[in-house]
Amino acid sequence: MRKTWSSMLLRRLLQSILVLIGVSILIFGISRMVPGDPARMALGPRTPEWAVENLRKQLNLDKPLPVQYGLWLLKMLRGDLGESLVTRRLVNDDLRDFLPATAELIVVAAIIEIIGGILLGVFAARYSQTWFDGFTRVLAYLGVATPSFVWAIIFLLIFSFAWPILPATGRLSAGIITPPRITGMIVLDGILSGNFAAAWDCLLHLILPAISLAMYGVAQSARITRASMIENMERDSVYAHAAAGVPRRVIMTKYVLKPSLIPTVSVMALDIVAMAGNAFLVEMIFNYPGLSRYGMTAMLNKDLNAIVAVILILGLCFVVVNIIVDFIVALLDPRVAHYGGV
Amino acid sequence: MEASTVSLKEARREGMRRSWYRFSRSNVAIVGLVGVLLTIVLAIFAPLIAPYPQHASAFVDYENAMVPPSRAYLLGSDPSGRDILSRIIFATRGALKMGIGVLAAVVPLGVVVGLIAGYHSGSAIGVIIMRITDIFLAVPPLLLALAVSAVLKPNLFNAMMAVSISWWPWYTRLVYSMVCSIKNEFYTQAAELTGASKSHIMFREILPNCLPPILTKMTLDIGFVILLGASLSFVGLGEQPPTPALGTMVADGAKYMPQQWWVAVFPGLAIMFIVLCFNLLGDGVRDTLSTEEV
Amino acid sequence: MANTILNVDGLHVGYRVYGGTLKVLDGIRLVMDAGEKIAVVGETGCGKTTTMKSIMGILPRQAVIRKGQINFKGRNLLTPGTEARGMRTIRPKGVSMVFQDPIAALNPVFTVGQQLSDVIKYSRGQTKQLSKQSVRDAAIEVLKLSALPDPERILTNYPFQLSGGMRQRVCIAMALSTAGDLLIADEPTTNLDVTIQDQVLRLIRNLVEEQGMSLALVTHSLGVARQMTDRIYIMYAGTMVEVAPTEGLFDKPFHPYTKGLLGSVPKLTGEGIGLGIPGRIPDYLKPPAGCRFYPRCEEALPECKDNKPELYDVGGGHRVACFLYR
Repeated sequence: MRKTWSSMLLRRLLQSILVLIGVSILIFGISRMVPGDPARMALGPRTPEWAVENLRKQLNLDKPLPVQYGLWLLKMLRGDLGESLVTRRLVNDDLRDFLPATAELIVVAAIIEIIGGILLGVFAARYSQTWFDGFTRVLAYLGVATPSFVWAIIFLLIFSFAWPILPATGRLSAGIITPPRITGMIVLDGILSGNFAAAWDCLLHLILPAISLAMYGVAQSARITRASMIENMERDSVYAHAAAGVPRRVIMTKYVLKPSLIPTVSVMALDIVAMAGNAFLVEMIFNYPGLSRYGMTAMLNKDLNAIVAVILILGLCFVVVNIIVDFIVALLDPRVAHYGGV
Repeated sequence: MEASTVSLKEARREGMRRSWYRFSRSNVAIVGLVGVLLTIVLAIFAPLIAPYPQHASAFVDYENAMVPPSRAYLLGSDPSGRDILSRIIFATRGALKMGIGVLAAVVPLGVVVGLIAGYHSGSAIGVIIMRITDIFLAVPPLLLALAVSAVLKPNLFNAMMAVSISWWPWYTRLVYSMVCSIKNEFYTQAAELTGASKSHIMFREILPNCLPPILTKMTLDIGFVILLGASLSFVGLGEQPPTPALGTMVADGAKYMPQQWWVAVFPGLAIMFIVLCFNLLGDGVRDTLSTEEV
Repeated sequence: MANTILNVDGLHVGYRVYGGTLKVLDGIRLVMDAGEKIAVVGETGCGKTTTMKSIMGILPRQAVIRKGQINFKGRNLLTPGTEARGMRTIRPKGVSMVFQDPIAALNPVFTVGQQLSDVIKYSRGQTKQLSKQSVRDAAIEVLKLSALPDPERILTNYPFQLSGGMRQRVCIAMALSTAGDLLIADEPTTNLDVTIQDQVLRLIRNLVEEQGMSLALVTHSLGVARQMTDRIYIMYAGTMVEVAPTEGLFDKPFHPYTKGLLGSVPKLTGEGIGLGIPGRIPDYLKPPAGCRFYPRCEEALPECKDNKPELYDVGGGHRVACFLYR
């Protein structure tokens, strides 16, 4: 068994590297799709031609495209994401400042999606054709039909206007001391440094944006979990166990749940990675100091290095998440590990 | 035996009647259909329906700015004093253009590429095409669309292109997997044995059998594409002011939350309504076209 | 007379579908004595499996039990439920079932050991706590009984790692481990190779005889029924059309359907193919009002159209549901 696992890991890693190379070509391509001259754009129209020419040389824009790509890739591999053409700071530094807040938001949203989606789906299947099932169905329809930023608006309206029990904007309340930076994620830093007040306050601030971000995924995974639970509940094996006197509780939480999670896990992984894009929009509504403002400025100013860096990092996350998912699926479904992949 | 006396045309008509019967049995699908038709009517006849058609452009009336929902302005007015209802009605045009335009570009491209890849599955062409789709699918669609439209000039056409770039691989995937199985069906092999040309086999034997899932996916996708378009216009990458776009309206209104809530909330609910109706319709079509009886 | 263990009387079961209700079972009667081996024979779709699932209390959700009684060891298994959803069933203790498809009957993502030990734990451990070791011993024991080689290894295997015949033996082991009074085998060999079929059938018969269980075998093969059982029920379109001791049935079939069924069995002697029965099973949405075989029957009488025949005794424990033998 172990042997098949390690060979599976190796195969997946190779595949992922290929995909990453492809993604890098894609991103490079996008960054060259821009009409006009990046060097000219960075310096502005009034800069003399020789200065633009210098920058062009500096950025290797005068070389043929494949060479440009090679040089660019080498730089990326060294972990050098270049300099933002707008803030004139290293993109690495910018990311270190802004990424942790967004990462924290996505992690909380992912936890909400995993717990909420599975619980809703399981109970909707267990109590199918009841009011709870109907409620889940309506929620699922609304969840996938509503963009995260509209949920954000709705929650903002409810919780800052009609029923103010949760903080609606920002990351920390006034008067809370920011814990010393360890990871940049305040909840984690607060716990690590013993500043539980800050951790708790930050968590409260995260709830609304995270739920807005998670709604789509919760809806989708609840629907899929419910459908596959119901499908698995009607299998002969379930009847065989029921006939032998295995209690319903054991059948549902063990024999039905495990195979039902297989499709859910794959869909959830896609959702969680896709949250990166939506996090931008949600952050803007909640005035949350994450990547969004940085990314937006980068986009509006055609700051290629910054855009490329953000996408590259997310592509990497996607690849990593996918490998993790493959392992979870292999854990859930012995056939995958045995036959080596789907 | 009786079947042979019924003409093919009648059989087809009977099949369509049966499909409509199944479709019409689902209340949810009918709600979706009515909602979608309503949206289309609003978009086409916007100048006739909207109470203040002139408000759909660069109109300014600071006297009546930020009026809460009232009889004159059913859904309130925005910071420039424009009627939000009128602007929402006009904005459905952009949303529909987005959904229809993207699918019109993506489906033929994705399907043809998928047919080619599937027909050559196992050979280098098939493998390369499918690896390329993997790459496109490795970046979340919203993010890829954001990146593409960020480097291009912000307008509706470029937003449509950006979404299309992130969306075609799904159709290639779908068609590829179908072709791989249909290729081995006896009727395809029989056509091959009788010496039919490659294009005949691809387009006349294989493609018609892929159509129901393609159609189902299209109706299920259109809502999501509209949602993506709204997300792009939310960050300003889409229809440019003064033309109203639902996402842009939400983004502009968000600044005035929560006191002047109507500026952001109603366009947001409009997005929800349009996407929901398309999704319900899509579910209905899927249930109608799926072969399994329930 | 031996004592009756199972008594199904006037069972009506339907399935709710898109266009209405499929009225599948129409007054099924089935009586079994302790230690008896019976077969239920009929075409695909005639309601054999539905009958057995009703007894087990494992009908799918769309099924509605409209009328009837099921008594197992003197206990009524049906209790009145709501009007729309029909009667509710109580799962009988002491009945186990071997399913038609051994792939579907085992959970694909758990090992044989995990599944078997849960079954053993919950079917026997109700009264006393069993230790892990004794559960494992019992599991190995039943696997051995089912003639599976190397039971220790099989416990650690997943179902997909076993062959079809082995999977069906595991299913039989699982059914046996609940050590009941009645074993229901629903076409246990249909999905197996011909050479394996015989082994599995022999295994079932031997085990049933050793344990003193009763056996209800569902099959569409008259040959299998003849080889395995004491008594045969012939089913047609949700009704029992003929009941007879096995040899009696083959000596002298009465019901036109039974005659047709016997006539359609291809002979290995190569005398040519029998006539078969023209037509097909009626539409369960709108079944015939009278005898359900009436539309296909060549000997039909006028009263068959609107009246349902009862089972008439024709002597020697042989009973036929046909107006010809009133």
